[in-house]
Amino acid sequence: MTTTAQATAVTATARRRRDPASGEWRGPKRPYDIVKEFVIAMVVVGLLVVGLAALFSSPDDRSVTLRAWAAAAPIDFMTTTATELDGSSGSAGYGPPYNSNSTGQQIGPLKLAQFAGVRIPIDSANDFVINPLTALSSADPTVKAALDQWNGASATQQQTWATNYTAAIAKAPNQDPTKVAAGDYGPVPALVAAEYQVALTGALDGALGMGGDFYQTNYTKSLLFIADGGYLATLADNQHLAGDSWGMMNETGSYPGQAWLWLYTFWYQINPFKSSANADALVWGLMMILTLGFILVPFIPVVRSIPRWVPLYRLVWRDYYAKHGGGRH
Amino acid sequence: MTATLPGPAGTPPEAPEPDEAVLQRQWTSKLRRGFFGAYPPERLLPDTQPSYVASWIYVFGVATIAALVMIIVSGLVLTLEGPQWWHTSTWGHFVNSVHLWSVELFMLFMVVHLWGKYIMSAWRGKRALTWITGALCFLASVGTAFTGYVIQTNFDSQWISTQAKDGLNSVGIGAYFNVLNTGQMLLFHVMMLPLVLSLIVVLHILLVRRRGVVPPVGIDAETGEPVVSGEAAR
Repeated sequence: MTTTAQATAVTATARRRRDPASGEWRGPKRPYDIVKEFVIAMVVVGLLVVGLAALFSSPDDRSVTLRAWAAAAPIDFMTTTATELDGSSGSAGYGPPYNSNSTGQQIGPLKLAQFAGVRIPIDSANDFVINPLTALSSADPTVKAALDQWNGASATQQQTWATNYTAAIAKAPNQDPTKVAAGDYGPVPALVAAEYQVALTGALDGALGMGGDFYQTNYTKSLLFIADGGYLATLADNQHLAGDSWGMMNETGSYPGQAWLWLYTFWYQINPFKSSANADALVWGLMMILTLGFILVPFIPVVRSIPRWVPLYRLVWRDYYAKHGGGRH
Repeated sequence: MTATLPGPAGTPPEAPEPDEAVLQRQWTSKLRRGFFGAYPPERLLPDTQPSYVASWIYVFGVATIAALVMIIVSGLVLTLEGPQWWHTSTWGHFVNSVHLWSVELFMLFMVVHLWGKYIMSAWRGKRALTWITGALCFLASVGTAFTGYVIQTNFDSQWISTQAKDGLNSVGIGAYFNVLNTGQMLLFHVMMLPLVLSLIVVLHILLVRRRGVVPPVGIDAETGEPVVSGEAAR
């Protein structure tokens, strides 16, 4: 090949490989006041949000205290307390990061929860019932006797008493813990009743979270305990916040909530996720893959070509195409 | 001609000028050359732009930034008297409402902006990193907004945090990012995540200024005319 022919071939290759969208724009321009544009945007958006805030305000339903829970739903409160003692509550059998009582969820063979380990240790019986009662009610001789009996018993004996009691609650009229048939429950009914009484005074709200410290910013124990009961979920269900009605992306009242979480909550509405014991892990795994795909759109063959196959871009640049041609790719 | 006067006794002789080659090798010099080479003033604050930037879809980028400014300003006001002030103050509740609606509009504007950039294939012409930082802005915003919902210290935050913990725990994130720990979430919301989000937004804007707004599909940036036959219409 001659030198001229080689040069021509190189130029042709370079022309073929040149990305026509990558160079400095040398076509027609128009005046653009970027500062003025930003100021106008600030004024318009500022007026819009102030207007929306004035018109629609924002939701603020008061938090549910343990006292309010005990007062409004005593059966639910006492039953939940009993399940903390027998280890059948949601948090007692949760697994990582709270305890080792289950393996946690997994994605196929991948046990990510277990891999992270127990980093926020929760002992439901002691953290939610025994320790708060010891701190708040041990001056009461009845409660002290019940605590002494519980603490002096073996783990097997404690389990037997608590399991007997929760089984009896299930058979009691209205499943009322105060109406169970006589049985071998040890100090469990007394402990449950004491927890209920302490909760009614409001003292349990502080005792559960404080953990012996003056300051408190960590509400893990209080929130786990209240979420173990059915009361919080009933209130949420009444506010269309339950998982089967698009869950936490909604907000109390008729506010838009976190609408941008629609895809995440969508998967919980359909099978196989809906009926899977590993639904959370599977949905998170799927969302991680989709998120990676979203970030890498420019490199994913079919996805990056869709805008050219469905040429909505012609609407954006219709004036330019009308004047200069093109737009048929 | 000015006479050179001898200095006071004991004054050291004037140091020679630093070696230019040494100066050029300095990290500071390299950073200055790199930044101001890529971002001359007319590129950072342009007074013209390509004539094809003439659609309402382009408004949503700056609208997103304006909403973000409203979020930051209202958020700063909310921090002045602590996380529970807004429950008991009418003014505080109003500021919270401004914060909420700023977030709603911010996310709405950003999603429209994202879809706009998707239909324009705005990653063309070496602009993939601009898309990636935009996507990261969206993800950081979702995280920041979420932490805002769980620090409201009301029923919403109780319910949302107790529901969200299961997803985070199921993949091990909850062991380190505990949504039930209100103090941890509060600090994430008012410090860590806004800082991360703001840095990504700045990077995104710098990339937009560096590469310019993507030209129309099939138009050659160097001529402003349709791509000639045989050239790839990327």
